[in-house]
Amino acid sequence: MDLTTFVQTLANSVVAGSIYSTVAVGLALAFGVMQMANHAHGEFFMVGAYVVYVFYALLGLPFPLAVVAAIPTVAVIGLLTERIIFRNTRENVLAGFMATAGLTWILQTLVGQIWGLGFMKMIPTPYMGALNLAGAKVGLQRVLIVPATVILLGFLWFFLNRVRLGKGLRACAQDPDAAALQGISINKMTALAMGIAGAYAGVAGALMAPIHAVTPYMGRDLLITAFIVVIVGGMASIEGAVLAAFLLGFIHTFVTTIFDATSAVMVGVAFMAFILIVKPTGLMGRVKT
Amino acid sequence: MSVLPFFVREYYVEILIIFLINLILAVSYRLIATTGDWTLCHIVVMGVGAYASALMAKHFGWPFWMTMPLAGVTAGLIGFAIVYPMLRTVGFGFFIASLAIGEFVRLCWVKFHTPFGGPRGMINIDEVGKLGSIDFYDAIPYYFMTLVITMGCLFIMYRIDISRIGKAFKSIYQDDILAESIGINVARYRSFAFVIGSFFAGIAGALLAHRLGAIDPHIFILDEMVYLLVWVVVGGSATFRGPIIGVVVMTLLFEWTRPMLEWRPLLFGVILIGFLIFMPGGLESLIPKFKSLFGNRKGAQAKAEKLTESEKSIV
Repeated sequence: MDLTTFVQTLANSVVAGSIYSTVAVGLALAFGVMQMANHAHGEFFMVGAYVVYVFYALLGLPFPLAVVAAIPTVAVIGLLTERIIFRNTRENVLAGFMATAGLTWILQTLVGQIWGLGFMKMIPTPYMGALNLAGAKVGLQRVLIVPATVILLGFLWFFLNRVRLGKGLRACAQDPDAAALQGISINKMTALAMGIAGAYAGVAGALMAPIHAVTPYMGRDLLITAFIVVIVGGMASIEGAVLAAFLLGFIHTFVTTIFDATSAVMVGVAFMAFILIVKPTGLMGRVKT
Repeated sequence: MSVLPFFVREYYVEILIIFLINLILAVSYRLIATTGDWTLCHIVVMGVGAYASALMAKHFGWPFWMTMPLAGVTAGLIGFAIVYPMLRTVGFGFFIASLAIGEFVRLCWVKFHTPFGGPRGMINIDEVGKLGSIDFYDAIPYYFMTLVITMGCLFIMYRIDISRIGKAFKSIYQDDILAESIGINVARYRSFAFVIGSFFAGIAGALLAHRLGAIDPHIFILDEMVYLLVWVVVGGSATFRGPIIGVVVMTLLFEWTRPMLEWRPLLFGVILIGFLIFMPGGLESLIPKFKSLFGNRKGAQAKAEKLTESEKSIV
């Protein structure tokens, strides 16, 4: 592997890690608060991409506006998921996970029937040009994802550590009973967690839409990746999820470049199984899965 | 069941064959679930049986009556290899770990062209062959062969379910620490349940491979696993009849909704969510209620109440 390829792969790894972390923080947050394991998280990502397809490619609105529009749209889906599914299956993690597997089918079918299955949607790249790094070229659309992730994660950190509501969310994740005794409404917190989870998955999908094949099934592969990240990071730990996301971004990208994409997924799932068996708490987790 | 194939079109005989295979699959899944271990790799384990049988038939030229039990044994061995490390995990961890390991096994079939044939899978799997003048390539003889094998498998699994071993499985689900304290080796029984379930899934896989004549890794994806979960959830998992009811009802629904093929996943998704929220015990949980509704005698009512108490769903 020469220097240019190496730098190229390194840059791609950072981009992949950014996307994985934006998707996985929502999953980790939702699992941390009342163990909501969301199988439809990949489909939230897919819906985010379709919002960009509709607003940007079909209606011709500016790209940033389309990305912003994805946030409330998918957040509302997250809220509905919490209200209809997770609140009714709260005592049982498996039941919630299976029910959201049903939601996966519902969202895939709806999107597929409304905008058609067939070929992937063509979304014109809003930002042309490329950044030159030691001979390696990284498209501006990809570069954009990195600062966007930094802003999104910074905002989440601020919310969870400095805002009253966010502190309540963390309290609820640590000990729901104690939090309830302090007057924190568990129902509000689970709704908030799923809203944030939806918003972050949606915005990640929106940012990826121009550089990813947009199909109703695009969330399928991402779901396994997101679960690998969250489990390696330690189910409920957000810092762990970010760390694991970049770790997996590097592993996936380098294995794909050196070998092939199938091997990359195999290494990922083997890594996840290994962590679950050897250290079920994950790299930074306290909660045993 | 034994006269049905003579009155319906050949297409429906094919459906009945798949239905019987699914019956083995769902009942063997429930056998594992009685210990409280819900897995997400049962379809992949069935795939192990299918690939094993196909490979043995193609490369060694062995007849079906040899490859089918050997496919079951292979699936059982692979099942043991899968479950052994997973015994450290319980509940959701077990569920997700089985998803990861199952996906790993499935990707092995995609990756390695020899001997598995890569993403396109294996074609021209040998037919079952002839017994005297009966050619099992025809749908009706194959149906009867599958019927006999299915009934045999269900009978064995029923005997296991009502035996001491089956009771030990359920005691692990009820309270694993209590089970351990009365001398049940929890780890051994959990892996035993998984291996038996895998064995029967392997048999189902062999039956499927030799009927379809071609298999590829895409048959064993996670979506198919969710269909299996739908059967078990709709039927219920507390008693032996639960998954059987689930497969019957969902197979009928699957065929009735054929005209609106593209909307079917949505319908099944709604059914899955609806059952998990409103009827977590599945359809079988209605049976004791009906009994108490129509049986006015006090004894029957008390019995029904006792049943509902003891047959709480595993979900």
